Amino acid sequence: MTLALIILRSLRQHLLSTVITALSIALAGGLLMSVWVVKVQSQATFTQVNTGFDAVLGARGSKLQLVLNAIFHLEASPGNLAAADYEFIKHHPAVKLAIPIAVGDNLRGYRIVGTVPELFSAVEYAPGKKFTLGSGQLFNPVAKEAVLGSFAAQKLGLHAGDTFHPFHGLIYDERNQHAETYLVTGVLAPSNTPADKVIWVPLHGLQTMAGHDPRAATDVSAVLIQLRSPAAGFMLDMMYNKQGNRLTFAYPIGAIMAELFNKIGWFDQVLTLIAYLVALVSAGGVLVAIYNSMAARRRDIAILRALGAHRRTIFGAIVLEAAAIGFLGMLAGFAAYAGILTAVAAIIRAQTGVLLNAWAYNPVMLWAPLGMIGLCALGGLLPAWKAYRTDIAENLAPVS
Amino acid sequence: MSLLTISSLQKSFRTPEGGRKIIVDVAEFSLAPGQQLALRGESGSGKTTFLHLIAGILAADSGSIRLGGRDMAALGESARDRLRAETIGYIFQTFNLLQGYSCLENVMLGMAFGGGSNRAHATAMLERVGLSQRLRHYPRQLSTGQQQRVAVARALANRPALVLADEPTGNLDHRNAREALALIRETCRENGAALLLVSHDPEVLGAFEDVRDFAVLNRALQEAGS
Repeated sequence: MTLALIILRSLRQHLLSTVITALSIALAGGLLMSVWVVKVQSQATFTQVNTGFDAVLGARGSKLQLVLNAIFHLEASPGNLAAADYEFIKHHPAVKLAIPIAVGDNLRGYRIVGTVPELFSAVEYAPGKKFTLGSGQLFNPVAKEAVLGSFAAQKLGLHAGDTFHPFHGLIYDERNQHAETYLVTGVLAPSNTPADKVIWVPLHGLQTMAGHDPRAATDVSAVLIQLRSPAAGFMLDMMYNKQGNRLTFAYPIGAIMAELFNKIGWFDQVLTLIAYLVALVSAGGVLVAIYNSMAARRRDIAILRALGAHRRTIFGAIVLEAAAIGFLGMLAGFAAYAGILTAVAAIIRAQTGVLLNAWAYNPVMLWAPLGMIGLCALGGLLPAWKAYRTDIAENLAPVS
Repeated sequence: MSLLTISSLQKSFRTPEGGRKIIVDVAEFSLAPGQQLALRGESGSGKTTFLHLIAGILAADSGSIRLGGRDMAALGESARDRLRAETIGYIFQTFNLLQGYSCLENVMLGMAFGGGSNRAHATAMLERVGLSQRLRHYPRQLSTGQQQRVAVARALANRPALVLADEPTGNLDHRNAREALALIRETCRENGAALLLVSHDPEVLGAFEDVRDFAVLNRALQEAGS
């Protein structure tokens, strides 16, 4: 009770420095938790997102590029496959389902992807979840119609019944507008997958868009594949990647994405290191703030000692005050964390369509606050030692 | 039987030249329970050091200070702290109130390290010194006379056996000084506490029946004067 009173009064007496130091702790703690959660969540999310497919078949090239292009709708397509290749894999006994996609156009930066209606009727993008329409109806596979992902519809301001002209290429250039007019027939309900930021049109429509090479009118950009068994994946991997040299079979998708995270692992480490350093500097701030106020505190310490307070009581009060600053800082740190993660999640969603589960529990939410409070308490040791050594008589002036 | 018995007490400090200067050298001194004694002494005569030694704030070089039957010199620092908290109330010339704490909290802290805080008793002490309307005020919001009354309440809150008062009226005007002194003596009497007061003020000393000259008591001054 007495110790709590001493700590509270001291925090209040040095309110400005308490608030500034706690804010720096909040930023450091918020940053540390955000970096950690974004790292863990993005890795977990991106290696799990496969929108219901086991593998991707595409032109010869990088598996990662193929997955990024066909599943995440990022990156350029490595090239096309002939219709015969699609027909072959579609009827292969090891393949349960094959969905072709064609890319090459955009609407103000949002990709237009040609596909077949089975993508919406036969595929579970997550266990037990199929794409559903939030409004309107699915496109007619032989008409110039489109179904928009929820995020793309929201950003483009398009609704069922609206029309648009596609633009050629994956990068928006207003000079490359196609003459065709597409009718929006529906908007998908949010799925929190990359499909949300795509404009889906009939495969045939995209293949035959004016200005596209008529010789490639039956080509597809990639084939999304569901396998009958994991063993089939290794068999097709052998067939396309090792024995063949025309096409690339990207399997398994999760492992390929994990490879991406391994490649950029150094970047995570740098971010984490920076966050640790910021945390350390903030704890140092606690040390400096309390240490610099020691001259002003000496008289109060001497009075408390004259009233009978033990040296260890004073020592404990200073260490606990430092820990209290850490505690207050980390309370605000959760607000900083919420702000940072909301912003990061919004950026990731805008770029990939994937929504991070920012509020899922992560052990960092426990160890980071405890660690910061512990670091702050450590930072309080030096001023506490100085307080411990405060001479009562010298600081109880005047002497008569 | 004495409450406080001092024998062969010596305290020296290191001089800037590296030597040692004896500040306090008291052969014998005693104080009975409930006794009120004033020590007359000029500034710089070692009065405060003498009180600090009795309070256990300073450790003596040699000699013995027996307070309530326990020898201060034989105790470790923690035990001295405890004995001070339980047995001694200290009133300072500059009051030494904690500026960040309310009057009530100041008085409660006077009890906290001894028997433990008691809000009701702390409130009663402040009422006794006429500050019932100032419980939540901070020292800076009080006049100097009122601050000294808070200091008196704090010193006596723990029902100490001995109250040490170091020039307690040195910062007060005549009227406030008279009132403060009367209050200190009355409250000590009411609480059965002995009072050892040091002052150079003839008016203060004149209020005491029992006055001793610190220059006679402290042999260090006699040697310095000879």
